Amino acid sequence: MIRLALWIIGALLLGGIVHLSTVLAMPTAATQDAYSRLSQLTPVNAVVPLAAPSAKDSTMPFMDPAFAVAVCRYDLSAGALKLRAPLSQAYTSVTFYTRNSVAYYAINDRAAGRRAIELDLMTEEQHAQVPEEEDVTAADRLIIESPTVRGLIVLRALAPEPGLMAMARRALAAAQCRIEAVPTQ
Amino acid sequence: MRLFLGSCFTLILAAAIGLGATWLTLTRGVAFGALTIGAWTAWPKSGSVDIDPYARATIARTGELPVGAGDGVAFYAHTDDAGNALDGRCTFVVSGMTPAARYWTLTLYDAQGRLVANTIYRHGFTSAEILREAGGRFAINIGPRARPGNWLPSGGIEQFVLVWRLYDTPIGVASLTTKEGPMPAVARKSCS
Repeated sequence: MIRLALWIIGALLLGGIVHLSTVLAMPTAATQDAYSRLSQLTPVNAVVPLAAPSAKDSTMPFMDPAFAVAVCRYDLSAGALKLRAPLSQAYTSVTFYTRNSVAYYAINDRAAGRRAIELDLMTEEQHAQVPEEEDVTAADRLIIESPTVRGLIVLRALAPEPGLMAMARRALAAAQCRIEAVPTQ
Repeated sequence: MRLFLGSCFTLILAAAIGLGATWLTLTRGVAFGALTIGAWTAWPKSGSVDIDPYARATIARTGELPVGAGDGVAFYAHTDDAGNALDGRCTFVVSGMTPAARYWTLTLYDAQGRLVANTIYRHGFTSAEILREAGGRFAINIGPRARPGNWLPSGGIEQFVLVWRLYDTPIGVASLTTKEGPMPAVARKSCS
């Protein structure tokens, strides 16, 4: 009897380890996560508009149908990325996700405070290589550090009424993301 | 022999417990740091780097992208205020006021996060298009049959999910507490 109880306690402890390790391994093992879904639809380092979600089809679950959405799937291995997104009339936001869908930075039109959201995305290493004087002179230059080399930038523009969806999509169509060579010292 | 049988039993039981617990937590959407106001629950940390391992695993499995913390907050409702499941064959009324935000949207999904087909192509409302009463209060009827005013068709599906997204809200993630509501009330009216 005691022996059986010991075996069961052992099983519970091992089960706990199995549980925790599978939960931690899930983000790297998942094949249907947002990045994998989008890599079939989008080229790398370019802004691509996503189809509006409908009852028949939606790129990702729980997409907000009131928003026009465009995605820039980035890969920083060749250099830093420059993003420029003009603002739509209503509400525009840009959210940065790591390869595993962790939202590490988000900015909206009001925080940007200008007619466009403009920023540079680079890895920590690339940021360290930016000449210091350039960092100081361009004080209004917004630099974001990406925790991963690859990831997603999701641009969202709100259509407050269905009739304004064309306006929101047009605003996003003018958005750009491109790799630019990091100036060497 | 006894040792061999015992270790086989332990290993099989351990695998069943571990994988079963993982499956349960990921399908139920367990995450820490939930903020519940009435029928609505948000996980503000899921939109930041402080996201917990369970929410990360759930997001990786479903393929959704959470609303970033600098963008807004998403509140989910699976039941009404009294705890009744959101059944598409019944009529529900969502009414009241919302916390301050520049824009909000309310969207109806099925349990898997897909939009629900209907003849008027209405899947939700935004704060700009809703019809309001004097004083800024509003009421949204959710049900299978057309209603006057703000009608959100539920298509008669068995279980639907409501998602309330607040965009550019001055309520910071850190300061967002239950007291800072009010979130709109959700009440069941009738079932056909």
